[in-house]
Amino acid sequence: MEIKKTSLNKLHQSNNAKFVEFAGYEMPIQYSKGIIEEHKFTRSNSGIFDVSHMGQLFIYGDESLTEELEKIFPLDLKNLKQNCSKYSFLMNEDAGIYDDLIITKIEEGYLIILNAACKDKDFEILSNLLGSKFKMNLDNNRSLIAIQGPKSVEILNSIINGVDQLNFMTGNWFDSDNQKLFVTRSGYTGEDGFEISISNDKAEKFVENLIEKGAQLIGLGARDTLRLEAGLCLYGHELDINKTPVEANLRWAISKSRLSKGGFIGSKKIMNQMQDGASQIRVGIKPEGRLIAREKTKIFDDTDTQIGEITSGTFGPSVNGPIAMGYVNKKFSKVDTKILLEVRGKKHPANVCALPFYKKNYVKGVN
Amino acid sequence: MSEVKFSKEHEWITLEGDVATIGITKHATEMLGDIVFAELPEKGSNVEKDGTAGVVESTKAASDVYTPVSGEVVDTNQAIVDDPSKINEDPEGSAWFFKLKMKDQSELDSLMNKEEYDKFAKESAS
Repeated sequence: MEIKKTSLNKLHQSNNAKFVEFAGYEMPIQYSKGIIEEHKFTRSNSGIFDVSHMGQLFIYGDESLTEELEKIFPLDLKNLKQNCSKYSFLMNEDAGIYDDLIITKIEEGYLIILNAACKDKDFEILSNLLGSKFKMNLDNNRSLIAIQGPKSVEILNSIINGVDQLNFMTGNWFDSDNQKLFVTRSGYTGEDGFEISISNDKAEKFVENLIEKGAQLIGLGARDTLRLEAGLCLYGHELDINKTPVEANLRWAISKSRLSKGGFIGSKKIMNQMQDGASQIRVGIKPEGRLIAREKTKIFDDTDTQIGEITSGTFGPSVNGPIAMGYVNKKFSKVDTKILLEVRGKKHPANVCALPFYKKNYVKGVN
Repeated sequence: MSEVKFSKEHEWITLEGDVATIGITKHATEMLGDIVFAELPEKGSNVEKDGTAGVVESTKAASDVYTPVSGEVVDTNQAIVDDPSKINEDPEGSAWFFKLKMKDQSELDSLMNKEEYDKFAKESAS
């Protein structure tokens, strides 16, 4: 199968991107400055991320769509206000996660942002569940650009006036340069920022404009170190079909009103796990010293019994040390529990720690 | 000090008396990206030509460091363990990895000179 390219591919090339294949797309892993500088620039200034490989699924419908979607997602969609976003999951009957996603209520229905590697399968699953009652469009004509970091609000507002009035996890349509953009205040870095849905033919010019105002292109490498410092899950690593939201320590994302009544796919399993506890749970892990424990590193207790596995591990540039997330048996999941990580045949000490590794406050009270 | 020689695994080596100094090339650091972890062989241990003699990790991945010649490890560079970013800054100078007391100096004969290595690196990168 031919590798797919986003509408910013030429711009990446002219900015000296190193490319990797990711979910069938040719994507920039880094630019000439490298992952650490790109990471730090995002934390201190404003980074631009091409996330056009992700799925933008528009589903059109009225209250009957809301009712149908409540049978699928563990959310109180009836009480979700228009232009508000929620983090959620598409699950199977065993509460195994097909994908994690952001769903936003829009005037015409819902917009769901899906992972690149899952979007086609998600579309199939949702089509089967919803039948042909609602118009669904996995929109390939739109690019998705994220801008993240403390200077992003000022930079973006100078191009799209009014985005500074958005609260975190809300969005709206904006007019700019004779076109309609859907902008949400959200992101995947632990910083304040926005994601902009824009038609493909306008994306390059829009990003050039952001660069002119002082933002810089950031690759997938720094996107990974940024999200890991922020304690955020990456599908295919922390989340997959064999993990449930309770095991992934994401029960906060399940609406309280839905927990008592159930009625969504996977609700039985989730209610059982909420009552009896899950046997394994996602935790933050801080290796002692400088050692990096990568994905699939085995975790042991002090009696040489394996108690879990790392799902993501890297060097955190803002933390200035190694960081990881993984799953451990529940009794080892308390903060400050001492564990051992087997790296290259030797066991190294580490501690279970609270997430995130790096924290800033999101913008909540602008209006 | 002898002429700098290079291995296909992207290590450089110089010889002073019977002690060789070994590090990784600038080309290697450019391929690896930001280096954030270095592990070196233990002083007093013996390493064999083409065997592993350490690890470097970048933000992206871990890579083994090989030794281009055999010998006893007589010194290691703690400065790059304490601050691995030094390897990106000066890979072919102050950020050497370890020093070996060589057993068989003829092991150097099969290694590349600068011109040969530059050509090799250019070809292997493309």
